[in-house]
Amino acid sequence: MNPVTRIQSRTVVLPTTDIDTDQLIPARFLTTTSREGLGQYLFHDLRFDASGNADPDFALNKPEADGCGILVAGNNLGCGSSREHAPWALLDYGFQAVVSTEIADIFRNNSLKNGLLPIVVDADTLQYLLQNPGISLDIDVAQATLALPDGKTIEFPIDGFARHCLTEGLDQLGYLLQHETRISAFEASRPWKP
Amino acid sequence: MASARTLFEKVWSDHVVVEETADTPAILYIDLHLIHEVTTPQAFNVLHEKGLRVRRPDLTLATMDHSTPTTPVTSFKDMAVVVGENAANQVRRMQENCDAFGLELLGFDSDQRGIVHVIGPEQGATQPGKTIVCGDSHTSTHGAFGALAFGIGTTEVGHVLASQCLLQRKARTLVLSIDGDLPNGVSSKDLILAIIGQIGVDGGTGHVIEFRGGTISAMDMDSRMTICNMSIEAGARAGMIAPDDHTFEYLAGRPRAPQGADWDRAVARWRTLKSDDDAVFDKSVTISADEMQPMVTFGTNPGMVIGVNDPVPDDDGDPSFRKALDYMQISAGKPLTNTGVDVVFVGSCTNSRLSDLQQAADVVEGHKVADGVRMLVVPGSQQIKKDAEAIGLDRVFTAAGAEWRESGCSMCLGMNGDTVNSGQLSVSTSNRNFEGRQGIGARTILASPMTAAASAIAGRVADPRPFISKGK
Repeated sequence: MNPVTRIQSRTVVLPTTDIDTDQLIPARFLTTTSREGLGQYLFHDLRFDASGNADPDFALNKPEADGCGILVAGNNLGCGSSREHAPWALLDYGFQAVVSTEIADIFRNNSLKNGLLPIVVDADTLQYLLQNPGISLDIDVAQATLALPDGKTIEFPIDGFARHCLTEGLDQLGYLLQHETRISAFEASRPWKP
Repeated sequence: MASARTLFEKVWSDHVVVEETADTPAILYIDLHLIHEVTTPQAFNVLHEKGLRVRRPDLTLATMDHSTPTTPVTSFKDMAVVVGENAANQVRRMQENCDAFGLELLGFDSDQRGIVHVIGPEQGATQPGKTIVCGDSHTSTHGAFGALAFGIGTTEVGHVLASQCLLQRKARTLVLSIDGDLPNGVSSKDLILAIIGQIGVDGGTGHVIEFRGGTISAMDMDSRMTICNMSIEAGARAGMIAPDDHTFEYLAGRPRAPQGADWDRAVARWRTLKSDDDAVFDKSVTISADEMQPMVTFGTNPGMVIGVNDPVPDDDGDPSFRKALDYMQISAGKPLTNTGVDVVFVGSCTNSRLSDLQQAADVVEGHKVADGVRMLVVPGSQQIKKDAEAIGLDRVFTAAGAEWRESGCSMCLGMNGDTVNSGQLSVSTSNRNFEGRQGIGARTILASPMTAAASAIAGRVADPRPFISKGK
């Protein structure tokens, strides 16, 4: 994973609440055995009609959405399935961060594991972002701050360990495997065996 | 009292290899890793690339369920015709990865194959006090046995394969106390839908829910699994129910459950797995089951739910709510009971167990599926299929004009070609009414097996109670 330290990009906005992972990437695209190239399926059934024509009214299809790296969405983004294909598709499409007032547990966890930054903000900040699509944000991961174009800076919560792994580009599996001795000792010491 | 602990805290602390600190999450040991074909290939790729082995093949149980056909096929070649080349390839890859890493696979030709969350309990691998994970959000199902069970992503599947551990922050706790008797014609599916309607699809976010109270104590294990299964639909990390005699009776004698003296020791330990009387939860909600009705969803998430005879509520100016009603082609102000139905699906890890099929069959028996309605009945496992056939449920369904299939996830998410056509309305016993979940443009109403069966006969969304009170 590449280190993620600073994200400077414009936003694209989807005000809908409870955007689930089936909308992020429909299940029929999960028959892949690779994590590459899933951006083409991101929001597939919202971006395209049944004949494969792009819906010009969908936010991601608008010309001004080109190059936007930050997705701002209504409350409870990423609810539903545990499919990691959702953050894989967002990253492959070009997103680096997602912002909402609430981000579902498994999706948030999957995002952090892949270098997609999930940012939870308060309701007023979300309202501002939803009402001002396309503005540039400057996100400092180490400081856990998000700067608005008017210079106002907002802190967001992020687990210290997850932040460390993001900014250093660390693979958490390596950290786990360093604890092999402790894991073996735990197995040996258990009063019952699974 | 500082030492009083919840059920969750007991199971959690029993599995902590390294305690969490402000800077680092806990390392949590996993007792059972269930795997299936959809969320593992990329994890196995990582193991291949890094030259790692599976640390505990004996604590790993594999099956295939999402991409598999529900019509009888005998070869991968035939399978590709039914489910498509990519899905068949995924199934074949699962076989290859299990062979390469020495993992037991209840594979395509196994009579123990089935939906991963159905076969874990059925085989007795799911047990109280275990930590259980799977690359599937409905892993919460296994919490019905007093296990701490939750869904993980594919990166974490790789972590568990390689280390048998996960990095975890301890969740908060929410207790849902439910008392009263569920009325006739009302099932645990209706109860969990009503709960999600009350606390919201994000009401459990960051929490492990413990379900308890007289209503839960009276429930059989199939019903409890339905409740815990849909904990994730309230956003919860997991759902749990303290094990009791229902749990032990269910598990006794199952192939992977402890046997003989080991069984007695296990039951003695399992009896300690309940929240202490003075244990403190972060949140608490109380619900009465006495006035509960059959529930149906009307929107595009499981929290948009009403009693089957209640009018669809107004959007109140909420654009997401209005968008959901537009997608569903449903208007506010009227109940759903006159809404025409195209497809009825009885199945999924929520409602595909023998008692679910029995409840649907009791409603269907002696009736015909309405003209123009397709009813698909998909047992949760090959074992349930066999058990259902032994008591004639398959003949009840086929005599009524329904399709009786091989086990799998099927039309819950339509990965295997079992889909609802665009614009069609489906009454489904599954867990998610998300836009497009059952097929592009499919409109899904979630309901109990009884309500789904009644709707198949009526050809419109129907209250099952008149079908049940006719002396069945």
